[in-house]
Amino acid sequence: MEILKIENLKVAIDGKLIIKGLNLTINSGEVHAIMGPNGTGKSTLAYVLAGKPGYEVVEGEITFLGKNILELEPEERAKEGLFLAFQYPVEIPGVTNANFMKTAVNEVRKYRNLEPLDAFDFLQTLKERAALVGLDSSYLNRNVNEGFSGGEKKRNEIFQLAMLEPILAVLDETDSGLDIDALKIVANGVNSLRKPDRSFLVITHYQRLLNYLTPDFVHVMYDGKIVISGGKELAYELEAKGYDWLKNGNNGLK
Amino acid sequence: MAENDILKEITEREYKYGFVSLIEQEYAPKGLNEDIIRFIWEKKKEPPFMLEWRLRAFRYWQSMKEPHWAKVEYPPIDYQDIHYYAAPKSFKDKPKSLEEVDPEILRTFEKLGIPLRERERLAGVAVDAVLDSVSVATTFKEKLEELGIIFCSINEAIRNYPDLVQKYLGSVVPYTDNFFAALNSAVFSDGSFVYVPKGVRCPMELSTYFRINASETGQFERTLIIADEGSYVSYLEGCTAPIRDENQLHAAVVELIALKDAEIKYSTVQNWYPGDKEGKGGIYNFVTKRGICLGENSKISWTQVETGSAITWKYPSCILKGDNSVGEFYSIALTNNYQQADTGTKMIHLGKNTRSRIVSKGIAAGFSNNSYRGLVQISKKAVGARNFSQCDSLLLGDKCGAHTFPYIEVNNSSSIVEHEATTSKISDEILFYCNQRGISKEDAIGLIVNGFSREVLNQLPMEFAVEAQKLLSVSLEGSVG
Ligand SMILES: Nc1ncnc2c1ncn2[C@@H]1O[C@H](COP(=O)(O)OP(=O)(O)OP(=O)(O)O)[C@@H](O)[C@H]1O
Ligand SMILES: [Mg+2]
Repeated sequence: MEILKIENLKVAIDGKLIIKGLNLTINSGEVHAIMGPNGTGKSTLAYVLAGKPGYEVVEGEITFLGKNILELEPEERAKEGLFLAFQYPVEIPGVTNANFMKTAVNEVRKYRNLEPLDAFDFLQTLKERAALVGLDSSYLNRNVNEGFSGGEKKRNEIFQLAMLEPILAVLDETDSGLDIDALKIVANGVNSLRKPDRSFLVITHYQRLLNYLTPDFVHVMYDGKIVISGGKELAYELEAKGYDWLKNGNNGLK
Repeated sequence: MAENDILKEITEREYKYGFVSLIEQEYAPKGLNEDIIRFIWEKKKEPPFMLEWRLRAFRYWQSMKEPHWAKVEYPPIDYQDIHYYAAPKSFKDKPKSLEEVDPEILRTFEKLGIPLRERERLAGVAVDAVLDSVSVATTFKEKLEELGIIFCSINEAIRNYPDLVQKYLGSVVPYTDNFFAALNSAVFSDGSFVYVPKGVRCPMELSTYFRINASETGQFERTLIIADEGSYVSYLEGCTAPIRDENQLHAAVVELIALKDAEIKYSTVQNWYPGDKEGKGGIYNFVTKRGICLGENSKISWTQVETGSAITWKYPSCILKGDNSVGEFYSIALTNNYQQADTGTKMIHLGKNTRSRIVSKGIAAGFSNNSYRGLVQISKKAVGARNFSQCDSLLLGDKCGAHTFPYIEVNNSSSIVEHEATTSKISDEILFYCNQRGISKEDAIGLIVNGFSREVLNQLPMEFAVEAQKLLSVSLEGSVG
């Protein structure tokens, strides 16, 4: 089943074109990786999917579960099952992780016409899923990301992913800033969340993460477009040859 | 781009208490002079000592200048252009029971959620309702009298318990204290009086509801609470006023006296009309509140939720005179649009091993200014005194301001004073992050504001904590789209 379809997407920020005609289709259960040099528009793509204000879609379409999501508010997209693990997660003053997740999960449940979770069950689930990414339960009573180390913030993103059970999860450089052990934990966490009805779009600079995740497809983004797509071998090739290989006119190679 | 989005979406917030009641009023002529003071004194049928007391305060006030050290700005106030007394005509002779009270007045309080007639609904809370310059009704009086607790209007107390009043009125806030306290002492018209006798725990919340209705009047209420040895009382005040283009002056004085082993808990939910989104109208709230822990092991705890008023100028303070006495100040001050708040506390440690705790939460949105101003003073004799202060500010948008002015004076080496301060901002980045987790902007702000205020809200009596929480959300309503 087709989950996400992006057609000829062009996005501008403050009048400057950043994404310049991008196509991508993701089916259920697939893991897609996007690689590419700094500043080519990978995070921009993630933000546009999530509906961040200030990103102007100049042309093209994005369909999520058959719906034009460009018409939906960011919170509606989230409730439809789109999740973004942020490259730079923010700190939320005064709101504990547990309370934040309770509010979010119940909003999503309300949208799907489900009863709010029972307090006891919810607490159990919170602890289990936190353990999945190696966060002990004391983090649940701390304010969201406040005083968390870089690595803890990234793990917290995957914890939230686990709680919200999305249909499509976009991971924006979740592996950056993680030490080798944390990388393993996060990758194993993500792997355990893989399901036939859950797809992933993983933005990364490193082959390392892909070793653990084994993506079905690897895309390389360059100057606002996907210039080359392939299987997981493409990531090795890139790692070996570097991005200059693309700059030297070898793009379009399939 | 980020912050502008929030600001663009700032719209007028609803003030749902803004109605005017059509009650026939009797006014004192505008202006202030000795004749007006005699007029008020006569209206109130007070004993002679009060006339002297008022005139002394008035004469002193004439020699004083309005203070301007607070971080608030407003055009000059013409003190001769205000009515210093307004009362419903039907109150010429004070009604003896609720049956005699003008139904329009009862309806006013009902609309405000204070049904004076349906006492059952407020079971557990005794209410004194003050409209403009007079007390309308005090509920549960008889039940409290059985325990020897006096809960009545200050005017009744002056006439019926002159000894208690003479002993304590002005003992914590003398008329020489400041410009507004002097003014209040000269012209105050009503307010509440509480006396809890030795060893009695007041079994219910005592509460006063202040309502300004008349236009071009000031409200000058006076509250005096005395907790005798080993007693306990929890007291709550609420305030609202109609929507008017003019600014109205409210200058109250509250004095608390806690004797040995006594405890007073004083909570305020202040929601005077804040003015419109352009900053037109609203109440000038210039208030002096102070308590003294006179006896050993006594405790005074102030909790305030300040969401209303165009300008708030108030510093509920504690003088910790008795050894081992405790002072607390828990505050949430929320300002939106063009509101200005300069609020905080003074903790004056005089006795040995006295302790104080200050928790201040300032929330600023729109173009508002929100300042915390606090003094912790530890005298030479206050051996082993301790203070802990926590001042947090939360900003919504980048056109508002939060400021902290902590003053600390420590005069002995065995004392410990700790001060912590934080400033956070609800940025568009934070709101988007919440949106991405399925939480709308309004809900996200509610979540953050409530989390931020939790420590203070927890101090309020249960039934009022819920109200206060709603009030915080309503006050920020429309501050994002
Ligand atoms: N708010 C903004 N205003 C102006 N330019 C922006 C803004 N956000 C992003 N850009 C520009 O858009 C381009 C793409 O940025 P983006 O963050 O999408 O890159 P990226 O591929 O995620 O890079 P990295 O690998 O470093 O994370 C960059 O040139 C960046 O400077
Ligand atoms: Mg990026």
